Amino acid sequence: MSNAGDGVRNIGVVGRFFRQPVSVIALILVLLITIAVTFASAIAPFPPLLQDLYRSLQGPSSAHPLGTDSLGRDVFSRLLYGGQTTLLGVLVGCACFVVVGVILGLVAGYFGGLTDRTISGVADTLLALPGIVIVLAVLAIFSQSVYASMITFGVLSSGGLIRVVRATVLSVREELYVAAARVSGATPARILFRHILPGLYAPIMVQLSLFAGICLAVQTGLGFLGVSTPPPAPSWGGMVGDAAVSLAQAPYYLYFSGGIIFIMTLGFAVVGDGLRDAAAVGSSGDNPLRRRLGLKGKSDQSVEPFAGKREDSPLLSVENLTVGFRSNGNFAEVLHSISFDLERGEIVGLVGESGSGKTLTGLTLIGLLDPDAEVMTGSCKLEGEDLLRLDERGMTAIRGRRIGLVSQEPMVALDPLFTVGDQLMEVLRHFTGGTRKSLRDRAVRLLRDVRLTDPESVLAKRPYELSGGMIQRVVIAMALAGDPEILIADEPTTALDVTVQAGVLDLLRELKSTREMSILFVTHDLGVVADICDRAIVLEAGRIVEAASVDELFAAPKHEYTRRLIASTPSLLEES
Amino acid sequence: MLLLILRRLAISIPLLFLVSIVTFVLEAFIPGDPASNLLGANATAAQYAQVRAALHLNEPLIVQYGIYLSGLFHGSLGTSIFTGNDVAQTLSQRLPVSLSIIVLTTAVSGTLGIVIGVISATSRRGVRRVLDGITPIGFALPNFWVALVLSSIFAVSLPIFPATGYTPFTDSPAQWLLGLVLPVVALTFAGVTSVAKVARDGMLQALSQDYIRTLRSCGIPRRSLVWRHALRNSGTKIVTVLGNIFIGALSGTVLVEAVFVLPGLGSLAVSATNSHDIPVVQGVALAFTVVVVVVNLIVDVTYGLIDPRVRIK
Repeated sequence: MSNAGDGVRNIGVVGRFFRQPVSVIALILVLLITIAVTFASAIAPFPPLLQDLYRSLQGPSSAHPLGTDSLGRDVFSRLLYGGQTTLLGVLVGCACFVVVGVILGLVAGYFGGLTDRTISGVADTLLALPGIVIVLAVLAIFSQSVYASMITFGVLSSGGLIRVVRATVLSVREELYVAAARVSGATPARILFRHILPGLYAPIMVQLSLFAGICLAVQTGLGFLGVSTPPPAPSWGGMVGDAAVSLAQAPYYLYFSGGIIFIMTLGFAVVGDGLRDAAAVGSSGDNPLRRRLGLKGKSDQSVEPFAGKREDSPLLSVENLTVGFRSNGNFAEVLHSISFDLERGEIVGLVGESGSGKTLTGLTLIGLLDPDAEVMTGSCKLEGEDLLRLDERGMTAIRGRRIGLVSQEPMVALDPLFTVGDQLMEVLRHFTGGTRKSLRDRAVRLLRDVRLTDPESVLAKRPYELSGGMIQRVVIAMALAGDPEILIADEPTTALDVTVQAGVLDLLRELKSTREMSILFVTHDLGVVADICDRAIVLEAGRIVEAASVDELFAAPKHEYTRRLIASTPSLLEES
Repeated sequence: MLLLILRRLAISIPLLFLVSIVTFVLEAFIPGDPASNLLGANATAAQYAQVRAALHLNEPLIVQYGIYLSGLFHGSLGTSIFTGNDVAQTLSQRLPVSLSIIVLTTAVSGTLGIVIGVISATSRRGVRRVLDGITPIGFALPNFWVALVLSSIFAVSLPIFPATGYTPFTDSPAQWLLGLVLPVVALTFAGVTSVAKVARDGMLQALSQDYIRTLRSCGIPRRSLVWRHALRNSGTKIVTVLGNIFIGALSGTVLVEAVFVLPGLGSLAVSATNSHDIPVVQGVALAFTVVVVVVNLIVDVTYGLIDPRVRIK
């Protein structure tokens, strides 16, 4: 049984590789040099050892295209012949690297257990040994042997490939096609080489190209030190060593000999990078992070005139908001021209199923949309000021101070490397500054506000030492630190136990009254809406289908979708 | 934390033994007789027998290794066949030279690399592309060749830096630093780019995490998110690559010491290789392995300091 998937995948990698112009150029260069070196005897104008002392250290000329060295030998010819020794050494090193790395990696990844631990231990040991010193020690014994040094270096470096191969094997070991092969009675060797290995070609080729560059660098370094190839036979490294001696008289010699090493090493490295890029799927062109951090650059739309605050106007007014996602030139609308208001001091539930666009709405308001998302039209006016017209600096001033956010997953909501106190005080310091003691006191008070018992000890803890419910309270505390008027609560209790849920909901209710805060409560759970919200807005597939006070909504739902939502909510059914 | 250190040491002791065995066994393969190599052609039979006895060459290999080990535990690494000097003493004289180069290289590569990596992670596409392009170039430049070019331009043509020789720090800090500038620059080319790449990838990953969004929603500015939170969360990856840079610089120092004629462990290893001076080669191999072990230990401890979760495991 063969794996059609692997064949297709590998062809895909090759295809993508050849669509990268830089990679192709590098590959051609490497191949050209290799071919030229192989046919040195046919191409080179002079024998490599032919001396002409009358013409020593001459620059490039018609007879000697790259000049001559200190003994009058033709540099171009010596580079070609020298390439044979050098590249042969690289070939030997790479062969050992691949053979040892692939076999041990396959065995370790597939068989696991003690075999895996032993081989991994060997790989780690190999990587821990100081490579060049061991190679030198070997050369002290087997002097001037390119093979001995390159075999040693290849084996020593294979630790890296063992790790990569092992990791990949571990991830595919449990795939269906491997299990199928096992069931059909294939021997481990057959499974490894026929079924698993083809999927590894890409990572192996990447590691191999990169290693080839390193191997070349080491090989030429050893040649430069004079421990690798006995003179007068040419090698690229040895020629750099020669050039060093006559540097003042013949600088070109240094640049030609070093240049060929540089070009070849660069070629290997670029090919390796190109393979790695081709093997990685789904890379977007633009840097998503710039947009994620809000570095899109200043908005080029003019700022709307400030409408002025009126006591009877809503705190937040969303009008005709249309948001969608752009990918590969296509645009998919998710929110279709929605409009709603949020008054002061009310809790509004934004209800819908997954994919209805409710989270997107909340993120748009606070300006934390995904990099791929785009606002097409509409406005979000906070006391008359359109948030969508603000640039990143403007939004940073809004966040935390006027609008806060609490998200769904408490377990990843806080930085694991800092204590709760560090992060809470960082936020407090951002808003008010003050001495460490005053910040600490305020942090303790905030934690008490969110009903955390023993706030001092919570401050000293790290996020992974706390439960989900406690972290969520901390996150709420951080969101309140700047005393915002609006809190966007995006499914804050969905990831919590039911009993813990009730506590957090109580807290939010209490905060609304003590701080006169408006809460936009995004949820799919109508039970929670019935519990805590004053009004509810129902979202279906990016459109608002109903908006009413909670009492009205449940007593007399007008839209069919709302009726179905109510009908499918277990906690409400029990009551009716 | 202590457990971490002990565990790392437990793995490292066998490693040191392994290296000593490997170099010792390799020595048995030397063609020729050490005694006759030492004495030359005009030795009498009595002298020959005397030298052989002194070098314990008549004992079985195991016994010879045992004698070597006991010597090790008494702090003796043997004497150089070539110069007759005490190996341990030679090593201690040359170690500071190599360490100066390696530590400075790691520090410079690390600092520059992190800055470049962070800028690259938060920059426009054009800047990123340029940095992506420079990375393989930095990696591909042969360090001994760069050293030669630097030497020819900045030490020979424009006599700004010394072309050869080393000044100990205690003699003259300024001269010590001047003499190290070119060797360190030659070695940082390759290192900076790999640090930058790891720093960038680490930053990108860290900045896409939920806790960044939490902090950002509280109004924390980008500057803090990048340099305080994302950087520390990329810390373990960066420390790992710095460890690799350090160990890579061990190999690199062998080459730049040759170019700049610096009396370090690298040039010692080369000359000992050429003269088949096995005790010295063994000593250098052991010294390098000890350095590698210490570096790995420091890396592990740093992991524990940066990310407390590592300590719990």
